[in-house]
Amino acid sequence: MGLTFQSTKNSSLSDIFHIEKSENQYVIALAGNPNTGKSTVFNSLTGLHQHTGNWPGKTVVNARGEFKYEDKDFILVDLPGTYSLFSSSVEEEVARDFICFGNADAIIVVADATCLERNLNLVYQIMELTPNVVLCINLIDEAKKKKIEIDADGLGKELGIPIVLCAARSGIGIMELKRSIHEVVTKKVKPCPNIVIYDEYEETLNRLSIILDEYFKNINPRWVALRMIDGDDKLIISLKELMPNEKINAVNHILEDSKLNMDKQTVRDIIATTIYKRVESVTERYVKNNVKKINRDRIIDNYITSKRFGIPLMLLFLAIIFWITISGANYPSALLSKFFFMLENKITSLFNHLNTPDWVHGVLVLGLYKTLAWVVSVMLPPMAIFFPLFTLLEDLGYLPRVAFNMDHLFKKACSHGKQCLTMCMGFGCNAAGVIACRIIDSPRERLIAILTNNFVPCNGRFPTLITISSVFLISAKGNDFGILPVLSVTGMVVIGIIITLLVSYLLSKTILKGLPSTFTLELPPYRVPRIGRVLYTSIIDRTMFVLWRAVIVAAPAGAITWILGNIFIGDLSLIGHAASFLDPAAKLIGLDGYILMAFILGLPANEIVLPILLMSYLSTGSIIEFDSIESLRRILIDNGWNHLTALNTMLFSLLHWPCATTLITIKKETGGLKWTALSVIIPTCVAVIICLFTTVIFKLFGWA
Amino acid sequence: MLKLHNACIGSIVTVEDLSSTGLLRERMLALGLTKGARVEVIRKGPSGDPTVFCIRGAMIALRNEESSLVTVQ
Repeated sequence: MGLTFQSTKNSSLSDIFHIEKSENQYVIALAGNPNTGKSTVFNSLTGLHQHTGNWPGKTVVNARGEFKYEDKDFILVDLPGTYSLFSSSVEEEVARDFICFGNADAIIVVADATCLERNLNLVYQIMELTPNVVLCINLIDEAKKKKIEIDADGLGKELGIPIVLCAARSGIGIMELKRSIHEVVTKKVKPCPNIVIYDEYEETLNRLSIILDEYFKNINPRWVALRMIDGDDKLIISLKELMPNEKINAVNHILEDSKLNMDKQTVRDIIATTIYKRVESVTERYVKNNVKKINRDRIIDNYITSKRFGIPLMLLFLAIIFWITISGANYPSALLSKFFFMLENKITSLFNHLNTPDWVHGVLVLGLYKTLAWVVSVMLPPMAIFFPLFTLLEDLGYLPRVAFNMDHLFKKACSHGKQCLTMCMGFGCNAAGVIACRIIDSPRERLIAILTNNFVPCNGRFPTLITISSVFLISAKGNDFGILPVLSVTGMVVIGIIITLLVSYLLSKTILKGLPSTFTLELPPYRVPRIGRVLYTSIIDRTMFVLWRAVIVAAPAGAITWILGNIFIGDLSLIGHAASFLDPAAKLIGLDGYILMAFILGLPANEIVLPILLMSYLSTGSIIEFDSIESLRRILIDNGWNHLTALNTMLFSLLHWPCATTLITIKKETGGLKWTALSVIIPTCVAVIICLFTTVIFKLFGWA
Repeated sequence: MLKLHNACIGSIVTVEDLSSTGLLRERMLALGLTKGARVEVIRKGPSGDPTVFCIRGAMIALRNEESSLVTVQ
């Protein structure tokens, strides 16, 4: 193609990170430690014009947004949260490469005012790369509460870059930040970073910089020189590919000539220590820390992460969330379904008025519309309650504590501590949970987390679990407080977690052998959640996302099910034939043919399993309206359900194969059919074995 | 030779040396576990592992496997 290796290499690196922009546009990168409220700054700057959903792991891919200030347009790129630029993880590599090879006009570094010492380390590293840095010290309100005083003017002069104090959650400092960026890109203010000097290496660095200068126009030559003496080999090789041979020789010559101890590890230690020494002295001078002896977070953590209360409290929170969800969703669900059935009657009389053929009415109203109505009225209220509550816990900073409490179990299962966080995401949507597994660096442990994510009941399966347990435990006992269903749903989640740990352990001992890899977990300070933000992300980003997906799958599935249920061969409908074919196998595991078939037809989305099941029951028997829990119970009992059927349907729903969306995501994330196939086979086997087990137990004791 | 995982809860220790290598060493340096850094031992998890440390003002949990690689004083 006429391209030399060098030129392709050069352009491929910059192509990946090159952001298309027009003349009056500037690209701004947003960098910073994890947990500094970077996403809040991003949202405050762009006014929620974000192009990706708000799921963790999203920032492994750079999120983008736009904003305007005076006459200029800005494209804001949200880089993954990182502690340093030395690529000890995928996130760090992405952030570093974007800053190095991307075309950002300026970098905003977001720092946590309550933890400035650790954050300044990254600031110094980024200042070595580019002078166009604006430091945004966020969470200044939290710092005030903790009586931390920051001398921003002094610190700004010391660092040589503009500093903006900011509390992005309440919008404080955002205009100043925009102005500051504007001043930097329009060169009204020229930052002049006061970078760290490494006494041992400066002479070598100067000599190297002179040679490197002509090849790295966009990257600071001193930074390249630094990486030549301490960097990872991968980076050095790709940097050297940009230079002709004789220059590489000259570089090597200087490196030999310098007679320094060029053991990389020692050099890295010295450089890291020197930066932190500087940071220490800077924070000592400009940050006044009037440490309160009573530390709120630590008192809370005394309970939340204590030996005795940690895990019981976690289960209690989970149960409370389910309790609020189940008891709160009943009433709006009933209202919605009443509304939809009223509408159905109106539509039916319209169809009658227009003299449409019966089958059209059947497909469109009895099939498509009824399933849709069911999905919306049953799924929307619980989701609209569950997701905000869950997001609230997330916003409070509770999830890392869960990971901390559960870590010893994951360690015993030889899997990664962050697997717990990916499971939390699975509660929302398993496909999102699988994507979130990107936060796990080790490929072995990532695969384990991906293959087992399905054992966490996603939002599509919660309605099934909640409905079945309400049907069999509320009405039967006349218990309106919903304690029993809450306990059974919580119990299902616990079973899911136990199965996850067991399967992870078995995988670690068989096809994915290995020891747990190292990880560090930060427990961020507790933060008062912003209710508006919580509602927005949970309702718009999550509830609507999941509901919309369910709706577009449920509509055609409802129509098809109706057609299958109304085409007769002999005296049985197609559904009847399929169900009677599956029945013997299903009976073995305590289900019936219709239930098993509903799970198979529900492959596109778990949300539609119950509607399909009901429709198949109804299409064969007499038509009953299922407008209340009581009538639902009657339908199920008329079709031969008992407590074993209910239990096994819940277990099967919890443990069976992932939905099609999750499978497609698994294929994308693992890049192989083998792992996708395994992600079907493993859960299916587990589901069958467990259901077989409960059936045998029930039969032995004569319960069913 | 006191290792970080043996340090008493509530004590404040000073980092002497790291015996970790590769990515873990990088991560530890990035978190601020450099020579001379002061680390407070906060608490142990439900089964005695992992342990939470206060490193440079941030709460960081490390498993025993990792904290045993940090020599402290």
